[in-house]
Amino acid sequence: MSEARIPAPLLALAGAGLLLFILPLAGLMLRAPWDQVGGALLAPETGTALGLSLFCSLTATAVALALGIPLALVLARTTGTLRSVLRALTTLPMVLPPVVGGVALLLAFGRRGLIGAPLHDAFGIQVPFTTAAAVIAETFVAMPFLVIAVEGGLRALDRRYEEAARALGASGWKVFLRVTLPLLRPAIFSGAVLCWARALGEFGATITFAGNLPGRTQTVPLAVYIALETRPQAAIVLSLILLAVSLAILIGLRDRWLGV
Amino acid sequence: MSLHADIAVRRNGFTLDLKLDVDPGETVAILGPNGAGKTTLLRALAGLVPLHGRVELDGDVLDDSATGRHVPTERRRVGLVFQDHVLFPHMSVLQNVAFGLKADATRSAREWLERAGLGEKADAMPRELSGGQAQRVALIRTLATRPRLLLLDEPLSALDVTIRAEVRRDLSRQLAGFEGVRILVTHDPLEAIALADRLVILEQGTVVQTGTPSGVTAQPRSRFVADLAGVNLLRGHAHHDHIELDGGAVIAAPDSGEGDVFAVIHPRAVALYLSRPEGTPRNVWRAKAEDLDLQGERVRVRLTGEVPLVAEVTPSAVRELRLDRGAEVWAAVKATEISVYRA
Repeated sequence: MSEARIPAPLLALAGAGLLLFILPLAGLMLRAPWDQVGGALLAPETGTALGLSLFCSLTATAVALALGIPLALVLARTTGTLRSVLRALTTLPMVLPPVVGGVALLLAFGRRGLIGAPLHDAFGIQVPFTTAAAVIAETFVAMPFLVIAVEGGLRALDRRYEEAARALGASGWKVFLRVTLPLLRPAIFSGAVLCWARALGEFGATITFAGNLPGRTQTVPLAVYIALETRPQAAIVLSLILLAVSLAILIGLRDRWLGV
Repeated sequence: MSLHADIAVRRNGFTLDLKLDVDPGETVAILGPNGAGKTTLLRALAGLVPLHGRVELDGDVLDDSATGRHVPTERRRVGLVFQDHVLFPHMSVLQNVAFGLKADATRSAREWLERAGLGEKADAMPRELSGGQAQRVALIRTLATRPRLLLLDEPLSALDVTIRAEVRRDLSRQLAGFEGVRILVTHDPLEAIALADRLVILEQGTVVQTGTPSGVTAQPRSRFVADLAGVNLLRGHAHHDHIELDGGAVIAAPDSGEGDVFAVIHPRAVALYLSRPEGTPRNVWRAKAEDLDLQGERVRVRLTGEVPLVAEVTPSAVRELRLDRGAEVWAAVKATEISVYRA
């Protein structure tokens, strides 16, 4: 390698950091009851949890895209105190313990919550402990990752592209759809991947706000946690499956991620 | 089609304040040093920055702070061409040109490209074009929308010197066939003289001089224009046959009148001697050569002393005078070589 040499202490620290990632993975792989993997894979509970996990995380990502891109636009184009306030609000779920997020969601959408009460009284709609609640919880926790990435992309964007488009007679909508959005593609893409990954692993807010109902709200992380109490072997198998799915998707997306 | 603008733009401590009228079919070049407000002026006319005052184009009021009227950029029908092309990188050349067109966009865009000799580049992506081609496509993209006001922001300055002349010819041809008002911002005097009917010199946010290219360079009214024209500009108070310069020196110049004046001395009219010359010249000063610069077949010598001047001499004169940085010389200028006009 022709690159500048990295000082030995830094190399040692980097190695320690890497070990922190590798050791748990190794533990998972070495202790996995490989003879039971086939059976666990075919078990209906596994399929249900995995399907629910994928459905909820992908729906949450879609909702985050629909709401997060406009939010990032507002964030990137405001200045001063308003911007600081908005930014703090949108990034709060990143630093908030997910369980606290779940409690907050209950207080908002619960049957006696801020919005939940009128919703229940008027339409009989009950949000908590439904699949929708799992999606809301995952969106709540994961959307900031998308907003931050897209906002960064917007700030790095040369505003003259949009000015040129306007001078060519394009309305605000046309500028957004045909110029801003395509130019933001790399930022949106990496933001969406981060957001999805966060949603897939979501546990705390989901179990608090959506509960742990197999087939409705029990995603793979919840199933792993429950299984750990009673059937540790099954928990390891489920963990492996989640790991494999995440890796497969990350590797599948890698070319587009790096290629843009 | 004509433009009447009387505007003030205030941006972080900087104020642009000017009145600009452009007649139908006229190309005006806005010339000025960096930070003079040239780009701000174009952006204001394009409706991209808020302004005080009034902008009227072709009888339509685009801006009037008195009535609060502001026509947004996309409905002004102004064409904006940037320093570097700003073609949309995710669209083909054809899609770029078609972007601003309404009916029959693709066919019309193809025709525009073919007329400009860029037909075979229609399906190329902007990154596959050379700098010159990209800038020509950017110009076509703007002209195709048939703007009433064309704003060109240093359209050639990002290009290599080698292809600049070619793109300038193309630009000149395209401008000739364009009916709207044309405003070109530049800091390249050659570009301004080649393309413009009238120069407007902008310095520190205001117009300091305006006129035909030859008129402006013949009677510079600022250091910037004097440097453009490559002449020495002195300022002082005239007393009929002599001028007292602001620095205190006195130069002899017949028929100068009375009052504040500018005096222009062409560098070639400055003669250099090793010892004090005898005879006719009445303007003789001690000077020190600060800097020598070979330009073509002449050497420009920057002199400091009582009267700071630039002299232009031949390389053989440099050898004869043993001229070097720091050399002490005598500078002489014939009174008849000094052109004097009111400040």
